[in-house]
Amino acid sequence: MKVSYFPGCTLKTKAKELDAYARKCAEVLGVTLEEIEDWQCCGGVFSTSRDEVATKLSSVRALKAANDKEQPLVTVCSACHNVIKQTNHQVQTDAEFADKVNRYMAPEAPYSGETAVYHYLEMLRDLVGFDKIKEKVVNPQTGKKIAAYYGCLLLRPNKVMQMDDPENPSIIEDFIRAIGAQPVIYASRNECCGGYVTMESPELAKKKSNAVTGNAAAAGAEMMVTACPLCRYNLVKNGSEIPVVYFTELLAEALGVKEDTNA
Amino acid sequence: MHNKNQYLQEELLRTSGVNPKKCMRCGKCSATCPAYDEMEYHPHQFVNMVESGDIEPLLNSKSLYRCLSCFACIDRCPRGVEPAKLVEAVRLAAIRKQGANHLKADDVPAMLDDDIPQQALVSAFRKYAK
Repeated sequence: MKVSYFPGCTLKTKAKELDAYARKCAEVLGVTLEEIEDWQCCGGVFSTSRDEVATKLSSVRALKAANDKEQPLVTVCSACHNVIKQTNHQVQTDAEFADKVNRYMAPEAPYSGETAVYHYLEMLRDLVGFDKIKEKVVNPQTGKKIAAYYGCLLLRPNKVMQMDDPENPSIIEDFIRAIGAQPVIYASRNECCGGYVTMESPELAKKKSNAVTGNAAAAGAEMMVTACPLCRYNLVKNGSEIPVVYFTELLAEALGVKEDTNA
Repeated sequence: MHNKNQYLQEELLRTSGVNPKKCMRCGKCSATCPAYDEMEYHPHQFVNMVESGDIEPLLNSKSLYRCLSCFACIDRCPRGVEPAKLVEAVRLAAIRKQGANHLKADDVPAMLDDDIPQQALVSAFRKYAK
């Protein structure tokens, strides 16, 4: 299976391991991630303002590129996924916005929101299947107690993201079980770490991230997994008691395409 | 009653798509807001104050820059009012004025460290500058 892939700015720089293991693991699972040519940064945060048009064109171009190849669009970064999926939804539901973006881009055929947008985790669940992943695991992560950190961007706004139950999600816990580890449930797994204000208000970001990591550690977790480079940076910088790793790193260990990070 | 902010009020409601009349004053948006302690005006007050045309204090409040864009108030509002959209609309009204960028490029180098992801920078410019 081939899918269009939008890596995003951070996966090309500070989060190269998130990108590299995503590609390697996808190959093992029978999926080829075809990077969109000349993709542009999504901007990192979706503007809910209906008159913000030009700032969303990079997302629409990526969506259109995937549609031209008749492929679903897959992202790994939580923020890219959130921005692109919300932009797609706006194209689908706001006729004035759709008209404006198509006038800007002047494509041969207008884009009307046809592309299916998947986060990599959704790809694992819905296109590959956690059962198949279980079969491909050669290095089960037995005994690891792992806290799934969803944060805000994967789940909200739920009426658009439609990934999982926004208040009681299970997709990352199911992923953790599929690679043979033990998920740890804790209250703050879908609360915000304050990542977006890490520059604007470092104190607020510290307070919020400590609440999340402290809660996970108190619940008995040995490590946390996230899909978001900004969450990871923010949680680690503010002194998480437990390691915070990308979910693709653990997947790569389980599938035997990466050395154990604890070795 | 004459509302001197009528034009601005209409623009905020139009660009945000928020209908403050749907609000039933339950306060759940502010109760769930992770930035509540840092805000001078809280999400429910944004809804009420824009509805009554009392917009000037909001435009000048640091609360605009404390919203984490986490969408918690959007998802958890039992009436679908979606207060964060109004917070963003007011923030845009503030920073779209000439020379009113909240984040200036010259201030950025001092905020950097070796690990900070690009995502933090592009998001900050999206949220705080035009």
